[in-house]
Order: sequence, then structure tokens, then C-alpha cells
Amino acid sequence: MTELLLVATGLRKSYGQTAALDNADFSIRPGEVVAVMGPSGSGKSTLLHCLAGIVRPDGGQVRYRHRELSEMSDAERSALRRDEFGFVFQFGQLVPELTCVENVALPLRLNGVKRKEAERRATEWLDRLEVTEVSAKRPGEVSGGQGQRVAVARALVTGPRVVFADEPTGALDSLNGERVMELLTAAARDTRAAVVLVTHEARVAAYSDREVVVRDGRARDLEHAA
Amino acid sequence: MSIGHTFLGLLESGPRHGYDLKRTFDERFGHDRPLAYGQVYSTLARLLKNGLVEVDGIEPGGGPERKRYAITDAGITDVERWLSQPEKPEPYLQSTLYTKVVLALLTNRGAAELLDTQRSEHLRLMRELTRRKTGGDLADQLVCDHALFHLEADLRWLELTAARLDQLAKEVRK
Ligand SMILES: Nc1ncnc2c1ncn2[C@@H]1O[C@H](COP(=O)(O)OP(=O)(O)O)[C@@H](O)[C@H]1O
Ligand SMILES: [Mg+2]
Repeated sequence: MTELLLVATGLRKSYGQTAALDNADFSIRPGEVVAVMGPSGSGKSTLLHCLAGIVRPDGGQVRYRHRELSEMSDAERSALRRDEFGFVFQFGQLVPELTCVENVALPLRLNGVKRKEAERRATEWLDRLEVTEVSAKRPGEVSGGQGQRVAVARALVTGPRVVFADEPTGALDSLNGERVMELLTAAARDTRAAVVLVTHEARVAAYSDREVVVRDGRARDLEHAA
Repeated sequence: MSIGHTFLGLLESGPRHGYDLKRTFDERFGHDRPLAYGQVYSTLARLLKNGLVEVDGIEPGGGPERKRYAITDAGITDVERWLSQPEKPEPYLQSTLYTKVVLALLTNRGAAELLDTQRSEHLRLMRELTRRKTGGDLADQLVCDHALFHLEADLRWLELTAARLDQLAKEVRK
């Protein structure tokens, strides 16, 4: 078996009196698609945020390729998120003032890629996600399904090793949701990116290789426990 | 649904007569289809023959309704195995799953684990259908989608039941 890419053990995180995470375990291998399932409010998004170094857990460890996230500086964690991770959320992640192709090119631009080259690569990803036609439009002018495909393109354009997707189809109808899942998982498999897929929908989770269930802040990672 | 396993589960809390088993079964699980006495006694005869129950006492008089039945160790093992094995996912499983959950609660076994095991079994099949659908033509997609929506409905029921286990435990144990 290949080595684990991202491993979390015994994660705890409270907001005031609310224990959002209470001893959560998680692990994922390179190229693996793992669904994080569970009812609303069970701690799925908090788990994703801790794994991605967006939220600092109160206790427990997150290790990404031999490195402990809590031992990195803020600058190192930001660099990690920019260089190695990609993100897709339910909605509201595209910059409204930029066109779709500019949105997809943005992470590359932030990494110092020249405008022309960045937009060329962004266009390739828009083609691949079957939304070539929205390239020059702004996010406010495209449909929900098109917007999510643009968001997926933006998450994958830097060639991340891990894509974090939090309810990526949550705002879409089933046909659009399924197509986004097909395109996302196919692109992730081609590029060997691992996907942490948070969803409460079984049909979306069915695109994963295995599932981790979160209940009351506890995540049981059966593979990890074994 | 397996009447034999359900009887065994009910017998775990103590020996019962056939009519008592029937009454409890009908109350808890038989909502629209009460058991016929013939079914009750043929099931008990089979369990007896297989060594899963034994006759615990016979009241004076004659006839099968005088016997009291107790579960054997082999019977406990058998019901244990039934409860820990997921059902093959298929439409209209609810009554079997419901029975298993209630029996798990009645016998202090892990009902949450039972639901978790069933969820992974359902998801396993859903993944297979999703793969077949992704590689298939429109006809494959439609056929697979039909099955997927049914399995999803089962799973939503499982989630809802899992969320209400504490409440259900109180009701079945009172
Ligand atoms: N930033 C926050 N401030 C206060 N409470 C929060 C915050 N984020 C999450 N929570 C609480 O933590 C629990 C878990 O939330 P979350 O991880 O968003 O669950 P999920 O994504 O499974 O719906 C909930 O009770 C939620 O209200
Ligand atoms: Mg959430």
C-alpha cells in the first residue's frame, strides 16, 4: 500500500461550549477520493478546515507528508495551501469582479506565473470542464452548474496534491451535481490528486473510494483504525 | 424478513410461549401483517430441530400452545450473526432493517454499529453502480440511476433512524 499523504489523529476543536470535533481521526493516500459523511452540524466542515490548515485544532495532530501542520509557521501553512492544496466550496468562492478565465488563472498568477501563460492554462481547464463558453463572463452571469465547474477548474489548475471539496454539489440539481462529480473525480484521478469530499448526500459519496463517517464530532476512519 | 431470527431475538430476554411470541411479534413488527399460528409453530419446530431453541417447560394439557421455549447458546450465536451481517441492499428492506435495529436495542447490542455496517454495504453497491453508470451508455445510466435513487432512500432512512436511536431505545425498552 502507498504511504499516507495526510493523516489526522485525535482532533479536537470547540467553539465556546460546542465541541465541533471530539477525537476525530482521518487519513488519505495519494490519488484517493475519500467521502466525509454525516448529518448537518456533525463537524464535517470543521474537520476539513483542520485538515487543510485553515483552522487550528485545540488538540490532536495533522500530518501532511512527514510534516506536522502545527509546527509550521503561518507563512508556511499559507504556502502549503497555495502550492499543494486546492479548494472547492458550495458557493461564493469566485471573485465577482474577475471574468471566469481570470478567476481560474488567479492561483497561478499568485504563484508568479505570467498572465498569458496563466490564462492559457486556465483556458485548458475550462475546456476540460466543458465550460469554454463562460471564459469571458463574470461569475454573476453564469449558471450555478457552470460556476461550480469554474471553481473546480480553479482548484485543479495548480496541480494540487489534495483537493478539499466541501459540499461541492450542495447548491446544484442532481443532473448538474452528478456531472460536476464526474468531472471532478476524473480530473483528480488523471492528475493523481487526492480528494477530501465532504457531503451529506450518498449519491455524491458514491463517487469516492471509501467513506469516513462523522457523528457528534467523532470521525471513525475504519481504514486508519485497521 | 426472517421470522426465526426475530423469535430468537425476542427469546433472548427470557423464555416465552408461542402465543406470547406471536403477540409480541405482531405488536412490534407485524403492523399490517400479523403472523398466522401455523407460521408461528412451524417456525418454532424448525428452530427446535436445529437446536436453536429448547422446550423450557410444558403446562398440563396437550397441544403445541402449552410449550414454553427458551433460546440455546447456538440460538444466541445465530441471532448475533444475523444482526452483525449487513443485508444485501435491495428495495423494500426497511421492515428487515427496522426489526434488526429494534432487536439490537432490546438485546443491548450496538444498533449504531449495525446501521454503520449497513451504510457501508449500501455505499459499496452505490459505488459499483456509479462506476457502471459513468462508463455506460444512456440506458445503463437510467437503469443505474433508478437503483441508486432507491438505495439513497434506504440510506436516508438509515440516517434518520441513527439520529433517533436514543429516542427509539427508550420506547422499545419501556
Ligand atoms: N466558526 C464557528 N463558530 C461557532 N460555532 C461553529 C463554527 N463553526 C462550526 N461551529 C459549530 O460546530 C459544529 C460543527 O459544525 P460544522 O463543522 O460546520 O458541521 P457540518 O459541516 O457537519 O455541518 C456545529 O454545531 C456548528 O454550529
Ligand atoms: Mg459543513
